[in-house]
Amino acid sequence: MSLPSADGGPATLVTAGHRADRQPAPRKRKNFLGRQPLGLLFSAPYVIYILGVLAYPLGYAVYISFHDFFFTAPGVQVDRPFVGLDNYITVLSDPAVQRSFANIGVFLVINVPLTVGLSLILANALNRVTRLKTFFRVSYYVPYVTASVAVVGVWLFLFQQDGLVNALLGPLAPNPSWLTNSWLAMPTVALFVTWKQLGFFILLYLAALQNIPDELYESASVDGGNKWVQFWNITVPGVRSASVLVTLLATITGANLFTEPYLLTGGGGPDGASTSPVFLMYQKGILQGNPDVAAALGVMLVIGVLLIALIQKRLVGGKED
Amino acid sequence: MKHGKFSSRIISLTAIAVMGAGLAACGGGGAGGSSAASVTTAKGPIKIWYSNNEFEVKWGKEMVAAWNAAHPDQKIDAQEIPAGKSSEETIGAAITAGNAPCLVFNTAPVAVPQFQKQGGLVALDSFPDGAQYIKDRTGDLADQYKSSDGKTYQMPWKSNPVVLFYNKDLFKKAGLDPEKPKLGTQEEFLNAARTIVKSGAAAKAVWPSPASDFFQSWFDFYPFYAANSQGTPLVKDGKATFDSDQGKQVATMFQTLYKENLASKEVYQGDSFAEGKAAMSLAGPWAIAAYKDKVNWGAVPVPGAQAQTDGSTFSDAKNVGMYSACKNQGTAWDVLKFATSKEEDGKLLALSGQMPMRKDLTSAYADYFAKNPLYKQFAQQAARTVEVPNVSNSVEVWQTFRTAYAKSVIFGNESIDDSFKGAADKINQLVAQK
Repeated sequence: MSLPSADGGPATLVTAGHRADRQPAPRKRKNFLGRQPLGLLFSAPYVIYILGVLAYPLGYAVYISFHDFFFTAPGVQVDRPFVGLDNYITVLSDPAVQRSFANIGVFLVINVPLTVGLSLILANALNRVTRLKTFFRVSYYVPYVTASVAVVGVWLFLFQQDGLVNALLGPLAPNPSWLTNSWLAMPTVALFVTWKQLGFFILLYLAALQNIPDELYESASVDGGNKWVQFWNITVPGVRSASVLVTLLATITGANLFTEPYLLTGGGGPDGASTSPVFLMYQKGILQGNPDVAAALGVMLVIGVLLIALIQKRLVGGKED
Repeated sequence: MKHGKFSSRIISLTAIAVMGAGLAACGGGGAGGSSAASVTTAKGPIKIWYSNNEFEVKWGKEMVAAWNAAHPDQKIDAQEIPAGKSSEETIGAAITAGNAPCLVFNTAPVAVPQFQKQGGLVALDSFPDGAQYIKDRTGDLADQYKSSDGKTYQMPWKSNPVVLFYNKDLFKKAGLDPEKPKLGTQEEFLNAARTIVKSGAAAKAVWPSPASDFFQSWFDFYPFYAANSQGTPLVKDGKATFDSDQGKQVATMFQTLYKENLASKEVYQGDSFAEGKAAMSLAGPWAIAAYKDKVNWGAVPVPGAQAQTDGSTFSDAKNVGMYSACKNQGTAWDVLKFATSKEEDGKLLALSGQMPMRKDLTSAYADYFAKNPLYKQFAQQAARTVEVPNVSNSVEVWQTFRTAYAKSVIFGNESIDDSFKGAADKINQLVAQK
């Protein structure tokens, strides 16, 4: 069986006992720009974007992190000696940094499972809703597209000492209140971010749900499977690729947490209980003029997120690969 | 396969070339061809930035119009400081990019050491009459704006001496004398705070922001510390000063305010004083216009531990910096002198209510203060102000202090003794760095 290949020639499917690489490939005319020169042109804008906006800054950040570096006016000659791991040692020995990583750990432990679970359940429910479908979808999506600065006011109204939540809880209200309580500040921030981003992740799941054939649910129904059985045995495995994506995206955006603690808890309060690594990068790199230490912190954060993402992909992705 | 390898090589080489070029570009370019001397005398058009405060914008536009009318060949192109999280971040980015304006009429003293380190500022002493002009205009107060190298990189411009505002209506409601309130000492301040909250006149006696921003201490601890220590700066002669009896006394007073719920640990969204949620507030003369028609206010000097008539406070000054990207520094210097002349200072005072940093402030504008007696208190206080120390790593110094203060005073997670000792040790190290 043959399928048309990219270069127009037949592509042989790999089958047991007939490895394609054993076949002598037909010799093609050598071309300096490859077999599809136009492809380079089409991909160039994105490649340039990646190089300029992602690869170069990342490379430069790594460079900065190994030097005694600060930003200067053009033309100002200063020594920027190589300092090895000094900046990394400074970062690792800073109690504020250690605490920020612990904070972000708490955030991710709450935010990521909640995001995955709630968005899957809500997407599944929304997929079955027949009336007011658009209304519900827009309702969940509105917080996501609304600026944090705007919706933070609502949450402050809810969770402040004299806020609505405490008024409802009465004597059960926590003391100190949510946003000034060292134990509750980060979980409250995690809840806020979960709520705010849920709409986006619901959309991802809704798209994935469209790929599950109805026949599977009909078969399960005929076999006597109730809704729970159908959800667990058909829906969850059916959207596994979306779950991997949601998990990774929630982890990456969560690890880059900045705006929410900046606004909700007065800059990482109380007493650093909701400080995030990115907030410290901002403090050290921009406010305090120590981009070398901030870069080291950033590089460590990137490595940490990559490791977590790798583990998550292994755990959530299962046998998908 | 060969095509694939070859393409990969091309892409890899391109990536390395792009990154290498970028790194090289950021390694620092060559300096301009002009010598330092010719730049400081060069005349021609210049750019300036001023604050987005409506009163300062009005003053800035009028000042620029007056200059441009008299100097058609050296026109000023003026604009408000571009938007950013803070003016200092915007200016810092402009220095790095090499497109900072000649003058910024809103340069925070705390940012000056960093801008200087970046090579972004021009020493005003490099102008033949620079040092003398500053001394003649500002007097001895100008000394605290000198940098560690002995040079002056900022023109002391205007201050907003912080005093204690109080709401007369809420004081009356609480049974306190609204015209002559007992706020002469920190003990009296604490007693008034207890009375206000206990009476239910206001939710909180005072509501300084508990946020962790490095500058928040300028509006709670620092004015009280200045009043309590005869105007001692946070760092003096390279050593932190707050780990002292005076500093701990102020810290303990604020700790009591938080412990007894007389102050809030939550950030208030809005102006708690204007909205009647707090009965007292620390602010400068800018607040007179802001609270006009909103609050029936009175103001007293920030109290010290003992009653005093000549207590100090925090200046909350904003200065003018000349930036090294400026090509026509001769004109910039002339504009700076014009904008800080007696006439222009008088216009700034009349428009904004902020105090020009002139040693002859009350006598130079005697008519103004006679017609506007509310401002006289601030003018008298302006002579007794303390600035943020002009030291290395100044922002990190303040952040270190704020973190320690929040931990011990606001949230009570550590003793004041331990917290202040640790912060003082770290600050001493930071200040010692170059």
